[in-house]
Amino acid sequence: MKCNKEAVMLMHKYLDGELDREEERRLRDHLQACPSCQNHFHELKRSITLIKNTGPVAAPEGFTSNVMANLPKERKRKNYTRMLQRHPILTSAAIFFILMFSGIFSAWNQDHQVTVSKQENLIIQSNTVIVPEDVTVNGDLVVRNGDLKVEGKIDGDITLINGDFVTDNPENELANGENYQAYASGEVHEVNQVFEWMWYNTKKFVSDVFSMDSN
Amino acid sequence: METMIKKKIKEVKKGDQSAYEDIVSFYQNKVYHICYRMIGNSYEAEDLAQEAFIRAYTNLSSFDERRKFSTWLYRIATNLTIDRIRKKKPDYYLDAEVKGTEGLDMYSQLAAEQALPEEEVESLELQSYIHREILALPPKYRSVIVLRYLDELALQEISDVLDIPIGTVKTRIHRGREALRKRLRHV
Repeated sequence: MKCNKEAVMLMHKYLDGELDREEERRLRDHLQACPSCQNHFHELKRSITLIKNTGPVAAPEGFTSNVMANLPKERKRKNYTRMLQRHPILTSAAIFFILMFSGIFSAWNQDHQVTVSKQENLIIQSNTVIVPEDVTVNGDLVVRNGDLKVEGKIDGDITLINGDFVTDNPENELANGENYQAYASGEVHEVNQVFEWMWYNTKKFVSDVFSMDSN
Repeated sequence: METMIKKKIKEVKKGDQSAYEDIVSFYQNKVYHICYRMIGNSYEAEDLAQEAFIRAYTNLSSFDERRKFSTWLYRIATNLTIDRIRKKKPDYYLDAEVKGTEGLDMYSQLAAEQALPEEEVESLELQSYIHREILALPPKYRSVIVLRYLDELALQEISDVLDIPIGTVKTRIHRGREALRKRLRHV
């Protein structure tokens, strides 16, 4: 390079777009006077054009999906929360069912104590409710979480929840609950499963509502 | 566009991985381009660009949303690429240059160099020649030249991407330009 450093500095400043008017004028004057600098400047501009002309290179096909496949796995918990956020109706339905079933199951499991609907003259012996021979029960009898042994008479429905009918002689034909109809003037219900129990409660609720209507 | 990217970044930060796909497909060409021009061959460029996106994803929590995402992403990509260039052995480095010509083997490279002074070089050959000349630059000049003239970033942005003062960016660009001028004057 024969020319002074200042001219080359100005050229680069020009290429960076940072020349002021005075500098631009000086550069132009110098370039007009000095063919070697003119050549230098031309070469610089040409090499830039050449570089720019190499053009953009596109990423290979499937690049994005490759990246996505190689990302670290999302934490599962976040996945669920996002799913719940996206489907509010599904979420509320799920919460409703969870609450409903947990309510039913807890009510079912809650209390394992033997309960009998209020009737007098019944004997309760270690989970077995006994209707003595000389006793007639007036009204419906409900036994929960206990077995029932009927020797007397029942003037109404029998409902047995989570329990069995018991007889002294198991080979007797009375072992079957249906045969207890002989002792009862009303219907006999035996409920041993959660869903039966639910069904029983629903029926009871509905029949209560209708009986209130008729009253 | 910038607001769309910002929105997507927020979604990714919240844990929505799928929102990252749009970010990748928006920047893939730019990032790949930077890596390709700096490393010189398509296999490594793809590897580096992919790595850059994965790093950006895993470190997204440290990204300051007030700043430009592209600058941050390019910075990850250039740092990775410069690291890779440094780790390369010189002989392997020469080998990579040959690979970078895409389909041209050692012989065609030699032939191309002999044919270059002639004016009627095919544009594809010319482009691969210039590509090699860029690669022949020392990495610190190469990175600024690639960012300045191939990605057309402003000087300030280059300074942000490379995390060097703007004065240094200018000096490196000047020297890079001079080096290229000497290499390309006979083309």
